[in-house]
Amino acid sequence: MAVDVSALGAGPRTRRARLRASTALWRRPWLKAAGLLTPPLAAFLLVYVGALVVLFVSSFWTVDSFTGKLVHHWTLSNYRQILDTSQPYLRIAGRTIGIAAVVTLTDAVLAFPLAYFMARRATPRGRAFLFVMVLLPLWSSYLVRIYAWRTILAHDGAINWALHGIGLPDQNIAYTNWAMWLVFSYVWLPFMVLPVYAALERIPDSFLEASADLGARGFKTLRSVILPLVLPGLVAGSIFTFSLTLGDYITPLLVGGPSSSFIGNVVYDFIGINANIPFAAAFAVVPVIVMGIYLLIARRLGAFEAL
Amino acid sequence: MKRIRRGHVLLAALAVALCVPAAGISGGNGLPTSIGKGEGSLNVIEWAAYTDPSFANKFQKQTGCIIHRKDAGSSNEMVALMRSGGGGGGGQYDLVSASGDASLRLILGGDVQPVNVKLIPSWKQFLPIFRSPAHNTLKGVHYGVSVQWGPNTLIYNTKLVKPAPTSWGAIYSKKYKGKVTVPNNPIQIADAALYLEKTQPKLGIKDPYELTKPQLDAATSLLKSQKPLLKRYWASATDEIADFKNGDVVIGAGWPYQTLQLKAAKAPIAETIPKEGATGWADTWMLAKRAPHPNCAYMWMKYVTQPQVEAKQALVFGETPVNPAACPYMNKLQKGSCAAYHLNQPLSYYNTIHFWKTPVAACGWQAANDCMDYNAWQQAWTQVTG
Repeated sequence: MAVDVSALGAGPRTRRARLRASTALWRRPWLKAAGLLTPPLAAFLLVYVGALVVLFVSSFWTVDSFTGKLVHHWTLSNYRQILDTSQPYLRIAGRTIGIAAVVTLTDAVLAFPLAYFMARRATPRGRAFLFVMVLLPLWSSYLVRIYAWRTILAHDGAINWALHGIGLPDQNIAYTNWAMWLVFSYVWLPFMVLPVYAALERIPDSFLEASADLGARGFKTLRSVILPLVLPGLVAGSIFTFSLTLGDYITPLLVGGPSSSFIGNVVYDFIGINANIPFAAAFAVVPVIVMGIYLLIARRLGAFEAL
Repeated sequence: MKRIRRGHVLLAALAVALCVPAAGISGGNGLPTSIGKGEGSLNVIEWAAYTDPSFANKFQKQTGCIIHRKDAGSSNEMVALMRSGGGGGGGQYDLVSASGDASLRLILGGDVQPVNVKLIPSWKQFLPIFRSPAHNTLKGVHYGVSVQWGPNTLIYNTKLVKPAPTSWGAIYSKKYKGKVTVPNNPIQIADAALYLEKTQPKLGIKDPYELTKPQLDAATSLLKSQKPLLKRYWASATDEIADFKNGDVVIGAGWPYQTLQLKAAKAPIAETIPKEGATGWADTWMLAKRAPHPNCAYMWMKYVTQPQVEAKQALVFGETPVNPAACPYMNKLQKGSCAAYHLNQPLSYYNTIHFWKTPVAACGWQAANDCMDYNAWQQAWTQVTG
């Protein structure tokens, strides 16, 4: 400190102030932590939580249909409309959640063997190669990949061309919910493979050896040792695939058929075409609630330990 | 020295600003009687490509008015933008290229101001129906100048749809099940209403944009029965082109733009205005109430309605000019395009087009208030497509 003091005396004023500030921060660690955390926390509270609060509040308002202005009058009419079974909204929410669930299951079934091979069987070079292959689609735009699927599934597309070649009848799944299932399962697969891989890699070899020593065969080991340990990874991956499908509106727009609207499409239409933001907000609360419930269950299953 | 010089410049600028009148000299009715000096800037809310550089660059060079664009994705977005910042364009925007389903709302909402069409020389050349159309002229007062329009036509594959369809009934019949496409837009209800107006007179539909509750319900149930016949609702013009090209759809509703693109790609496609008539859109350049650059705005309205420019814009965007003098210029740019875009058609053709307008509760602007508004249309459309 003695040296410091002489430096303080000799140095220019700015240098002295800087030294004093750094001393203050060193003496009070909480000050340093607060300074580092305030910007991200403020951004989180303002941008993320603030947006959610505004969304929730405006869902209780209505809009004047002629002037297009918000009417700040508290009402439950938006929610009543969503829950009205004569309206299409429950059906649309059901379709969105249903397809998201099916896509999640499909990805889990596809990702597990791939991730297992990558984590426990592949050579280091083979693993690197597989990693690149899994991540490669993420290098190109999501939109481009959906359009590519459209070309594959189209009437005169690659699949029908191949079916013709081996003398089979045409498939006709372009613009159906099947097409959406296929495309969603494809685009979100990497998001399932990676957490499952991470969970599988963490299982010590000794566990499997112990299982074998105790007389368990492959299937028994898989069921009693591997699956319980991988479950958090599967659930973590399913959070991605489920929430990404739940919030999507581009895939239904591009590859969906006449009955393929998702929650996101309705929200988009109500804002874009009709500027009815309160109703859109009310409908957007639905996936927030669904995800909230999903995340609670996921936490129970230990998904956050695998993230 | 430096300070003094800056003071001089400021004084000089102030003097010039005081001497030059803002927007010509006002006439008796409050409309400008001449176009003053350009303000150097022009802020527009537009459909993408409505101030395409291919014709706007020349305007910028000629007038010194630099165009700042704000592209809007829907009519509602345009209305919302015009109403932001206290309305009337928020003192920020000068012009908006409003379609027929938004223009009335802007007029009644007090967001646009009357325009002196005498300052737009090409206005006299317009087809009569576009000089004072109901969607931009109220009680003889013009709130902008028409710019371009297009019909919603019945497009079909000439090889697979035989005989050639003459009625919109073709997209409601089971004959082409699974091969039909229509736009994903609530205004499509008007197409159904137009068909019902002609085929079910007892519903008493007089105007496809002014529907009472039972009439809207009838149109909605027609569209619901159409849904199983559809391949899909198309979202963009390129989507529909792709579907017709690869044979996923053989018949549907669309615009001349799609037909021309498909024909250019040698696809066996034709279009028709069926016997029931068709709906159509017509766009207007409207002057914001608080336009900060009115002179540049007038210069743009004057420039963009000239036959040469109308022709260029028509081919860039795939639509039809309101100025028939554009015909030879269109043909010069692209052979036969004047006829392809129906610009050479007689008035009887135009009478079969029902131009878009905003559905509002006040039927025909009369005392009756029992029509379904756009909000109800949007919800009905979600009922159909959801």
